[in-house]
Amino acid sequence: MIRPTLKGQRLVALFLLGCLLFNYPLLSLFAGDMRIWGIPLVYVYLFSAWAILIAAMALIIERRDQ
Amino acid sequence: MLTGALIVVISFLYVGLLFAIARYGDKRADAGRSIIANPYIYTLSLAVYCTSWTFYGSVGRAATSGIGFLPIYLGPTLMAALWWYVLLKMVRISKAHRITSIADFIASRYGKSHVLGGLVTIIAVLGIVPYIALQLKAISASFSTILQYPNNLISAAPDALPFLQDNTFYVAMLLAVFTILFGTRHLDATERHEGLVAAIAFESIVKLVAFVAVGIFVTFGMFDGFDDLFSKASAVPELNALLVQGGAAGNYMTWASLTILSMLAIILLPRQFQVSVVENVNERHLNKAIWLFPLYLFAINIFVLPIALGGMMHFPAGTVDADTFVLTLPLSENRTWLALLAFVGGLSASTGMVIVETIALSTMVCNDLVMPILLRLKALRLTEREDLSALLIGIRRAAIVFILALGYVYFYLAGEAYALVSIGLISFSAVAQFAPAMLGGLFWKGGTRLGALSGLSAGFLIWLYSLLLPSFAKSGWLPITFLTEGILGIDLLKPQQLFGLQGMDEISHCLFWSMLANIGLYVSVSLWRRPTAAEHSQANLFVDVLRHVAAGSGPRFWRGSATVADLQTLLGRFIGPERASESFASYARSQGINGVDQLTANAVLVHYVESQIAGAIGSASARDMVASVVIEEPLALEEVMTIIDEASQALAYSRQLEQKSRELEAATNELRSANQRLQELDRLKDDFISTVTHELRTPLTSIRAFSEILGDNPQLENAQRAKFLGIITRESERLTRLINQVLDLAKIESGAAEWHPSALDMREVIEDATTALSQIYKERGIKLTTGLPDALPVVYADRDRIFQVVLNLLSNAANFCDKPDSRVHVSVIVEETALRIEIADNGIGISANDQSFIFEKFRQVSDTTSGKPKGSGLGLAISKEIVQHYKGRLWVVSTPGIGSTFSFTLPLPRSKLAFLAA
Repeated sequence: MIRPTLKGQRLVALFLLGCLLFNYPLLSLFAGDMRIWGIPLVYVYLFSAWAILIAAMALIIERRDQ
Repeated sequence: MLTGALIVVISFLYVGLLFAIARYGDKRADAGRSIIANPYIYTLSLAVYCTSWTFYGSVGRAATSGIGFLPIYLGPTLMAALWWYVLLKMVRISKAHRITSIADFIASRYGKSHVLGGLVTIIAVLGIVPYIALQLKAISASFSTILQYPNNLISAAPDALPFLQDNTFYVAMLLAVFTILFGTRHLDATERHEGLVAAIAFESIVKLVAFVAVGIFVTFGMFDGFDDLFSKASAVPELNALLVQGGAAGNYMTWASLTILSMLAIILLPRQFQVSVVENVNERHLNKAIWLFPLYLFAINIFVLPIALGGMMHFPAGTVDADTFVLTLPLSENRTWLALLAFVGGLSASTGMVIVETIALSTMVCNDLVMPILLRLKALRLTEREDLSALLIGIRRAAIVFILALGYVYFYLAGEAYALVSIGLISFSAVAQFAPAMLGGLFWKGGTRLGALSGLSAGFLIWLYSLLLPSFAKSGWLPITFLTEGILGIDLLKPQQLFGLQGMDEISHCLFWSMLANIGLYVSVSLWRRPTAAEHSQANLFVDVLRHVAAGSGPRFWRGSATVADLQTLLGRFIGPERASESFASYARSQGINGVDQLTANAVLVHYVESQIAGAIGSASARDMVASVVIEEPLALEEVMTIIDEASQALAYSRQLEQKSRELEAATNELRSANQRLQELDRLKDDFISTVTHELRTPLTSIRAFSEILGDNPQLENAQRAKFLGIITRESERLTRLINQVLDLAKIESGAAEWHPSALDMREVIEDATTALSQIYKERGIKLTTGLPDALPVVYADRDRIFQVVLNLLSNAANFCDKPDSRVHVSVIVEETALRIEIADNGIGISANDQSFIFEKFRQVSDTTSGKPKGSGLGLAISKEIVQHYKGRLWVVSTPGIGSTFSFTLPLPRSKLAFLAA
């Protein structure tokens, strides 16, 4: 049984964070001509933000309730 | 080189493998050892989201708009975080009510409405069929690409062949057979297809592996890793521009629109509803899918951009369609087997989507479109047929063939036309129209059938007008003037600049207007009317599903009668007699009853049967069918009122209880204060008795003393003797007076005194009193004057008592006047409502301290000169009681050394008041 607990609220918070990270205006901060290892900054930013978001979701779901 | 025959053989072998997997899955499920009952298979089945549009189209999109392909995958990632609430609710509700499609879900939420279910079905079919066509096109295009390489690379689709020579036609047929075999094997209340899900999960693995393999080959085989690839790309001016400018900086509004659309699509696309809700084995699997599914999307997207860039660098600009890079890059490097793997990956992406989408749509078409109509056609007498299960399966199969045929025809006609290019997003926009009714229905109890119906219709019409018809116009099926000049040449009605709105891409434009109309009408029409009883009941079951799990599935209010046999026969007609009897037996077991014959046909059983049938024919029709055997007494208004009444009575009762307890508390407080007063009175009585006895003892002592003197001294002189006898007489008189006064006061206080009120002339009373006391005043040399008006209004009172009061006050005044020129003045003043009698002296006066208690019993002002009190100390107390008895007031104003004025009032009778007022 899934109980609507703290986990659910954490996930909603994560959703809101994701909405911020993946949209204007935060996104526009990374739209410059800068490169990291030759890769444009915006790609690096989007993919790493995405990865972090997924990792955070995994952490929230898999962590046992204390 | 790959020959056509080899590719065909491989394609068929692949589909054959799917058959085998599906068959194995079904066998295991029948044996009770499911292979799909774990979160990983569940997640993989969700990945049916990634179609050929992902597999081939993402690369194509990346080649033209850089990062622009990404929102389609970021949206679902965000939505996955909300699954904890949204999808869980959908799964719970669907399991409780045996809901098997999104049309059924929405229809059921709004009071099991046929019309709503039908509308959702029509929108879904219209929106999705082109999407299915897109998959067929991808299969066909990949087939011709791999076959004809290195020729004919720009026109990715073959020139339209007669369909009998067209491979796509056979692929479509094969898919239809597969879907029919594994999608409609038998009718089941849950509509779950284990074998099919196993096959879909397998396909998800294949497409991921194939795409990543190509990606790795391009990045690390053709180039020297990401660094090398991006550096080389930056050196090409056009690519550099794409990397920098074609990134997110391009258009944030499009970016946001695509994110929102894909967020909604991941829960609202019929195929997603099928795999995530209907095929869900255990809601716990949802947990892991929340992060595993985004991870899958992440993995399949990593290499999109490298493949796109690699392709654009590898092939001269304009020679190869970017959509085919996944195939053509390995082919150009002579990696035939890798190309074949990519081809199979693309095939799995397409077939997975087509199979699941077709099943989902066929369920909707059968349950929410065809069956309601057939059941209503009285001429068919369907409601009397013995076994409908064969008919149902027939309809499903026909629907599958019909939908696939529709997809193929669309593909065949549209060919290379514009209509296919952005069809994925057009489909997303269509299903997004379900969002207000769906999400609103999940979280808002106020949504009504009419609201959902009008919102959906409006949104759908705007989608049709601003997105689908323009795509037809661009394909040349409609005059292009429709786009450029608007309908009938009206400028404001240009489909993609509706009401003059400009500066938006067509998707954002449609999303804005359709959602404005959809949400606006849904909310406003819902608020127009109170929900009906049925809507309200369903709304509660849906919105509060997470709150009451165990009790949540039962009907709230139901009255009716039916026999168990009738119900079983009814169920048998839809799912077959054998399965029906199995179902009843398992129901009996779950209720802890030994046999089916011991079941009683109560509301729970009827609901159980209804939900079983709902799985086969949809909730709205199921309700009608059950109603045909169950003599259901509709919940009449009076009964609803009774239910409400009972509730309000209970409420009123509890309020009464509260009221009672408050009253009780108040009574307790009163009792407590009464008790305190009693104790106080008791104390006063004790005080009174001790004071009275003390007062009695003083004269008694002196009488006794003088009597003893007289008795002991018989030789006393006569004069002396007479003096002593005089004292004894006076003391006796004082004693008598005291006792009389005590009795008098006691009588007045206890209310036992007799009153004889009569019309009273105060003039006369005062004159009598002054006459009576004139001797005493004369003796003491005190001047007594009166100031009485000639005529006084009469008052009603006991003459003797009032006389007593005046006498008392006059003798008091005399007692406290000891100056040589003492004066006492009696006057009567007529006030508005009363007569005021004043008796003023110029005696010693009363200190402010003494004024406060002189009206109390036995309290007297001690004579500062003699130290001996005069009088009994009861006179003023009695006077005050008398005046108060007649609603008057007695008070004193005094200044020590100057004199005192005692005043009392006697109210005038009413008639007199009236006279004065006039």
